[in-house]
Amino acid sequence: MGEAEPGLVAGIDVGGTFTDLVLMDPATGAVRLAKVPTTPANQAEGVLAALDAAGADLSRVDLIVHGTTTTTNAVLERKLARTGMITTAGFRDVLELGRRTRPAPYGMVGRFVPIIPRDLRLEVAERMDAAGDAVVPLDEAGVAAAGRALLAAGCESVVVHFLHAYANPAHERRAGEILAGLWPNGHVTLGHALLSESREFERGVTAAVNAAVQPLLERYVARLRTELAARGYAGDLLVMNGNGGMVSARTVAREAAKTVMSGPASGVMAAAHIGRRAGVPDLITYDMGGTSTDVALIRGAEPPVSNEIEVDYALPIHVPMVDVRTVGAGGGSIARVNAAGLLEVGPESAGAVPGPICYGRGGADPTISDANLVLGRLDPDKLPSAAGGPARDAVAAVFAERLGAPLGLDAVAAAEAVIRLANVKMAGAIRMVSVSLGADPRDFTLLAFGGAGPLHACALARELGIPRVLVPGRPGITNALGCVVADLRHDFVTTLNMALDRLDEDRLAQVFAGQAAEGAALIGAERVAIRAVRHRFSLDMQFIGQTHLLRVDLDGPDVDRNTLRRKFAEAYFARFRVDLGEGRAAVVNANCSVIGERAGLDLSRLIAPSGRKATLEEARTGQRDCRFAGQWHPTPVYWRDHLPARFTLTGPAIVEQMDCTILIEPGDRVEPDADGNLIVTIGGGDA
Amino acid sequence: MLDPITLSVIQAGLMQVCDEMDLTFSRAAFSPVIAEANDRSDGIYAAADGALIAQGSGGLPVFVGTMQYSTRVLIERIAAGITAPPEPGDTYIVNDPYLGGTHLMDVRFARPFYRDGRIFCWLSNTGHWPDTGGAVPGGFSASATSVEQEGLRLPPVKLFKRGEMDREIYQIICSNIRVADQRIGDVKAQAAALSVGEERLAALLDRYGDDTVRAAIAELRTRAARQMRAFIATIPEGPHRSVAWVDSDGVVNEPLAIRLAVTRAGDDLVFDFTGSSPPCAGPMNSVEATTLSSVYLAMRHIFPELPISAGAFEPVKVTGHRGTFLDAHYPRPVSGCAAEVSQRIAEAVFAALVDALPDRVTAAPAGTSGNFALGGHDPERGSDYVMYQLSGGGYGGNADHDGLANGCSTIGISKAPPIEIMEQKFPVLYRHYRLREGSGGAGRHRGGLGLDYEVELRRGMARASFVMDHGRFGPQGALGGADGAPNRVVVTRNGHEETPEHLSKAQDIPLAPGDRVRVETPGGGGYGDPLTRDPEAVAEDVRLGRHTRDAARALFGVVLTGEPPRPDPEATRTLRAERTRGAADPQHA
Repeated sequence: MGEAEPGLVAGIDVGGTFTDLVLMDPATGAVRLAKVPTTPANQAEGVLAALDAAGADLSRVDLIVHGTTTTTNAVLERKLARTGMITTAGFRDVLELGRRTRPAPYGMVGRFVPIIPRDLRLEVAERMDAAGDAVVPLDEAGVAAAGRALLAAGCESVVVHFLHAYANPAHERRAGEILAGLWPNGHVTLGHALLSESREFERGVTAAVNAAVQPLLERYVARLRTELAARGYAGDLLVMNGNGGMVSARTVAREAAKTVMSGPASGVMAAAHIGRRAGVPDLITYDMGGTSTDVALIRGAEPPVSNEIEVDYALPIHVPMVDVRTVGAGGGSIARVNAAGLLEVGPESAGAVPGPICYGRGGADPTISDANLVLGRLDPDKLPSAAGGPARDAVAAVFAERLGAPLGLDAVAAAEAVIRLANVKMAGAIRMVSVSLGADPRDFTLLAFGGAGPLHACALARELGIPRVLVPGRPGITNALGCVVADLRHDFVTTLNMALDRLDEDRLAQVFAGQAAEGAALIGAERVAIRAVRHRFSLDMQFIGQTHLLRVDLDGPDVDRNTLRRKFAEAYFARFRVDLGEGRAAVVNANCSVIGERAGLDLSRLIAPSGRKATLEEARTGQRDCRFAGQWHPTPVYWRDHLPARFTLTGPAIVEQMDCTILIEPGDRVEPDADGNLIVTIGGGDA
Repeated sequence: MLDPITLSVIQAGLMQVCDEMDLTFSRAAFSPVIAEANDRSDGIYAAADGALIAQGSGGLPVFVGTMQYSTRVLIERIAAGITAPPEPGDTYIVNDPYLGGTHLMDVRFARPFYRDGRIFCWLSNTGHWPDTGGAVPGGFSASATSVEQEGLRLPPVKLFKRGEMDREIYQIICSNIRVADQRIGDVKAQAAALSVGEERLAALLDRYGDDTVRAAIAELRTRAARQMRAFIATIPEGPHRSVAWVDSDGVVNEPLAIRLAVTRAGDDLVFDFTGSSPPCAGPMNSVEATTLSSVYLAMRHIFPELPISAGAFEPVKVTGHRGTFLDAHYPRPVSGCAAEVSQRIAEAVFAALVDALPDRVTAAPAGTSGNFALGGHDPERGSDYVMYQLSGGGYGGNADHDGLANGCSTIGISKAPPIEIMEQKFPVLYRHYRLREGSGGAGRHRGGLGLDYEVELRRGMARASFVMDHGRFGPQGALGGADGAPNRVVVTRNGHEETPEHLSKAQDIPLAPGDRVRVETPGGGGYGDPLTRDPEAVAEDVRLGRHTRDAARALFGVVLTGEPPRPDPEATRTLRAERTRGAADPQHA
């Protein structure tokens, strides 16, 4: 690769273990990559290290898009800014009472730590009713007193959360004005401003999360911007949101809650982009890492967005986010034999620390990754800590003792059993995700990424009847790629709550027009070149008498009742397979996504063309014995970056690259496409 | 010979079939009680005797095991010629509590699954219908004295014949229930779930072969029993005794006792209910299927690793319940069995076994569904309504931590509706909705806090009904922990406060605009001696208003100082030493 040209775009994703970077020249498609350890105490250090590792000349970079887990980690670990809440008298415990649940159906146990502790949740007299009429006037002096009390208690951020503020935000706004006069910084969150929907627990938690991570995100982003500027970066820093769009670092903290869960979202955005370019618009993404496996269903190259994500037990964040489902643990899932003498895989995980035995960090329990090692699928010499880690024989001995002996199997058969059962369970979980969305997995292509996804994808596809697997050029840095390809995006939700047969079509048109205008203004204010502004309109609907919502996508903002009735019936049948023509429908929310489309990026040089060899034989680095269906197969090993531009390969085969290992099972056929994605056609047979 | 891998893979496959049935049912159902609250369950049952083969992991806990009894009764009635024999495509409907059921609202479908022209197994599911007729909307009467007052009772009849719904039977049902026009959505969903089960089970059989799957089912049953026996072996022989109390039956104001002795007899664990109260006049009777199922669900709360299968519960023997209110027969009213009595049975199991399994079992949880129903007329909308407020309570402390606040009932997993949605739909205003301070039973790990709410009627006349429990005694503490606070209901009418005669149960109390209902739900039982609770934790409870400073001293023997309060180590040590001596002194005992 030559000198960096002006106009580079950098995507940087901070994950749990690694900080990944993709530096791309949109003009030529030339790419540089970097992978450095994440620096948890200050993620900015890792980000700068990644830029250094890629040799990026920041004065020539136009745009840096950043996916950060700052807010995710803060929420999950409750390492939050000291935050107070001012709320309606009688309701300060809403955040702690939740919706009367428990963490698991069985086991009358569980812990829950509310986002804001009880002594920092203060009440003031005020009350709206469901119609938005003030039943009790706002005690303005009470608001000021509460604000001062919270400041005295050391709060840095404050949230105002009043009942029915979605119906009439006057009290919240007034309280906001009063607080603005006494709060020393801008960290005042009004519940209705972020999410104007009914349901006090969900809206309150969303607002509380926003308030509690806002100062942290603001500080982090400010520090990073300063550091980048000091190194000559003159462009804007953009931050990924959980909806898969990016927003300017200058404004991101205002709605900081939207950045929670941005990591998985960017992976899905990359997948959609890859699929669109590859002509494969319907995808199931399968992102298997060391500690978790995430799945999303993409139709028509559009990532799914949901407003009802729960990021942890009793922690709903109801802003639009890419609908990524965590379906189980990752390579660290532990296998054991239970008291019934049956093999189990998961749900316990060795996590990242101590991790699988083969990582050599003190892990002692047999895991999925260890099974892959025993079966020859992973190269023991290329494991992260190969130097000090136990040899394959030592891992095999654990399988023989812990699993093989009680099952009456040898170590290898035990490892095969672990993989077989793990695949069956993961396939089942993927089926549940697709069935819950009204889809048949056989109509999709499985797009595998994450460090471990490409090891299992072919077996999963076979199990699910999925005909084809796509392995992108850089499976291990897909999230960073998502940052590079992401569009600008703003989502709006307005609650209507109208029966369909009384729907005011003009009012709906006004709502949509207002949402579109607000989105256009926000996108106009970002200093990012876009080629077009695109809108997606939808309605959340339900039958009257129901409580669950169904999203109905619209072709445009103009709809009439009859069309809507038909579209709702179609969507209902597609999702639930039940025809309820008799029922009366209602329109609950009107949604608009305003998308500032950036020029599509060329991904054909994710793997540098200059590195490609002329023949498969030249790309081959060796051979090792791998176990499939009870037999050892001599399996050729190839280096991904050396694969020729065109070839056909029939499994068994292993393709290795810097960031992952791809397993091609016997009978599966691989061909590359124009972008260098590997397209695997699943053969018959029961591997 | 089945290899262990095929066995695990088929087990996962059978679970997947059930989970997909659960999912289909919930997603397609019309009623929020099924669609959102997941008050439903789906499973696969043996052709010969209805024994439970597999059941979905997301089913409501109270249904653990119940459908195997209704399926068995169906098979027996078919064999006896009472019920018409099955043909492919038939689906039976049944809700009779005495034929292996729970309360009338739990409507079961059962469909024979054929392979090569013979019944391979049964697929069955249960859904809680919002109404099945009877004296009160929703079916939870606090004062019914016979099952006829509770609603429409269906013996097993074919609602679907060769795939087609019998419109005549459906019309009979619809003529006897409220909001009948919405029920077709639930009926279709319930049937669709069984169809998904058929499709997926057929795929499993096609893949692995009928004989292999049949052999796996038999082997899995044996293995599940072995797993349960391994758990049972960790329990001392006993007997482990407990008593749990139901406040009253809603008609006669006297407590009902559940007396339990748990004994390990060889490989089996015997649950003996001898000495429990006789059948009662009001609706707090249980039927046998619900009683057995309640024991199973309690055991699965203790051992969540157990598969839900007949094998797992084979070593669990229930005896001594005959002739008591835990095995009621026609025409005893039973609407309280699934929601309330079941939870008290579970509490008896927890209380009996907590000494033997102190790391596994918790002190008693709130253990009531907290059903408050308000029915009336909203003059502004010109329509009648029925509002339900189900509420949670505190969980028991346990070996590891304090009990959860406002957790769901022992037998349920559903979410409570938001206040804002309740106020949108019904002419009420909540005056407060908050933690019930001081309600958690004292202990080394205290019980979780209950809920305290008050609702005011804004418009029109209405009637309030309550089916709750634990009003007389709070949830039991364990290993020296104190009981949680009992449930409390206060109705304020025309400015006067009153408590229902039956404390936690009442029917049709008339309310006028401005009248109020306040409910304080039970706190969980405490676990372990409160004098051993970490003084810092006590100080935090006081800081956060969960207990008062006085309670810190009186209940936990902790002396606090300053503001915010901090423990005074010296004074606390002295006070606790005095208390411990006092407790040991026979003069004080």
